[in-house]
Amino acid sequence: MSYIPHTPSEIEELLSTIGLKSIEDLFSDIPEEIKTKAKENFKIQASNSEIELLEEIKTIAKKNVGKDYISFLGGGAYNHYIPPFVKMVSQFPTFYTSYTPYQPEISQGVLQAIFEYQSLICDLTGMDVANASLYEAGSGIAESALMCIRINNRKEVIISEGLNPEYILTLKTYLKAQDIKVIELPLNKNGETNIELLEKMISNNTSCVILQNPNFFGIIETKLKEMSEIIHKNNALFILSIYPISLGILRPPSEYDVDIVVGEGQSLGIPLAYGGPYLGILATKKDFIRQMPGRIVGETIDLEGKRGFVNTLQTREQHIRRAKATSNICTNEALSAIMAGVYLSLLGKKGLKRVAEICFSRAHFLKDKIEKELNLELSYPNAYFFNEFVVKLPEDSTVILKKLEERKILGGIPLSKFYPDRNKEILIAITEKNSIGEIEYYLKALKEVTKEN
Amino acid sequence: MYPEDRKYSKEHEWIKIEGNIGIIGITHYAQEELGDIVHIDLPELGKEVKQKEVLAVIESVKSASDVYSPVSGKVIEVNEKLREKPELINEDPHNEGWIVKLELSNPEEYNSLLSAAEYKNYIGS
Repeated sequence: MSYIPHTPSEIEELLSTIGLKSIEDLFSDIPEEIKTKAKENFKIQASNSEIELLEEIKTIAKKNVGKDYISFLGGGAYNHYIPPFVKMVSQFPTFYTSYTPYQPEISQGVLQAIFEYQSLICDLTGMDVANASLYEAGSGIAESALMCIRINNRKEVIISEGLNPEYILTLKTYLKAQDIKVIELPLNKNGETNIELLEKMISNNTSCVILQNPNFFGIIETKLKEMSEIIHKNNALFILSIYPISLGILRPPSEYDVDIVVGEGQSLGIPLAYGGPYLGILATKKDFIRQMPGRIVGETIDLEGKRGFVNTLQTREQHIRRAKATSNICTNEALSAIMAGVYLSLLGKKGLKRVAEICFSRAHFLKDKIEKELNLELSYPNAYFFNEFVVKLPEDSTVILKKLEERKILGGIPLSKFYPDRNKEILIAITEKNSIGEIEYYLKALKEVTKEN
Repeated sequence: MYPEDRKYSKEHEWIKIEGNIGIIGITHYAQEELGDIVHIDLPELGKEVKQKEVLAVIESVKSASDVYSPVSGKVIEVNEKLREKPELINEDPHNEGWIVKLELSNPEEYNSLLSAAEYKNYIGS
């Protein structure tokens, strides 16, 4: 594929074919007023030299001071260690420069890498099939809800309030225009999804129930099996959002008879970045493969009997099926998926378990100290959690977090960001990158800033 | 090739009438154009369709295509064999590869369809 820009004569030819005089005519739908404002506000300056440009970019990059801080932030994106090999493989030009394979037959390497990623996700989740990936967890959840609606033709979706609030926003945005009802299922006082309420709310109008484990507050849902039974008794489908690292020590979703597994794959070797690219994991049962959105890479043999890879079930995608496509997703996060694939194969089962164990034990170490030595209260003291938990602070969380920031600590996510009335609670996450030394420094700082009151 | 005991649509479906029931499939020409058929989405029993509405979706190795209902009616039976062996449509499109049985709600629509000779002429064979 060549990316040569159009010449002026080509542009003229294109315009005359569709009966227009100028490029400006293409934007005639936009009100004059907006166009005038845009012209005033968006002035593109004359071009910089390469030297000037590099300097400018370096100056902007210097504003990024995250590396100077010790981070205890989580809430869906986690600061896990990324082995240099992951970066090395992902920077192979053949992977780095190619987009999702639109000409699959000549992209065997990329296809094979994606096929390996799919297989690893199936291993991790216990599901039959995984797609070649979606953008991130939020759109993955929205796509999986739409998938359920296609499967059982019901128009109501129940979501646990334990679902990441950002995913809920994405889901609601997707479903808003489609006349689909979204019902929120509250948590019980232990921070787990309220199973009694689920039983009352679910009906034969319910297309699917979406849960998250561990949920947004870090809590491990202990009634997944029972909730799965309730969901299936009502012939609804069970969607579970996962945190892949936690599957190093938690049961795979297939053991709860989950119908669609979704999740944020960033923790699998993909760097933290504001705006991504992240990775939407989606895996399901074989029965639902034809309703699965996005691309799927399959293994096959060619005419000479040699192993090869193909984009399979493409006929459902919009470049072939247009408006009748299964979903509007016609691409994937190929490079992110490859990074996740490399990360998982590098760590293996034992490595992933080890990472999960370290996260788990260090988080519990911190939690115990916060409760016993700092006498701070947990919001859900009796819940099981993985590597993240909610602490109640003695005063407004933003004030305390600011003071921690002065000590070069990003102490947690203020829950008030998503739940305005929860202004004293913060969500603290631990990964294997938080050494015991860091945790002790955090405890010391937290003690100082909470005692100051 | 095209039996005269039934009628044909310009969208390449055939329909054979038995009492108030219409048996529907796609034509030999259609299956040949589609290539190897790998999957079919069959409608639910009891589904009401109008003439020219989508009745089923056939997926072949190179495309996914809608099957339009040549007449209006209610789905009373689907060819369950196609779920496991969609290739029956390739092998025997006019008999074993039938897709749906409809209870006709407007039998007059049948008269507007093409005869075997007209259909053959239409596809230029």
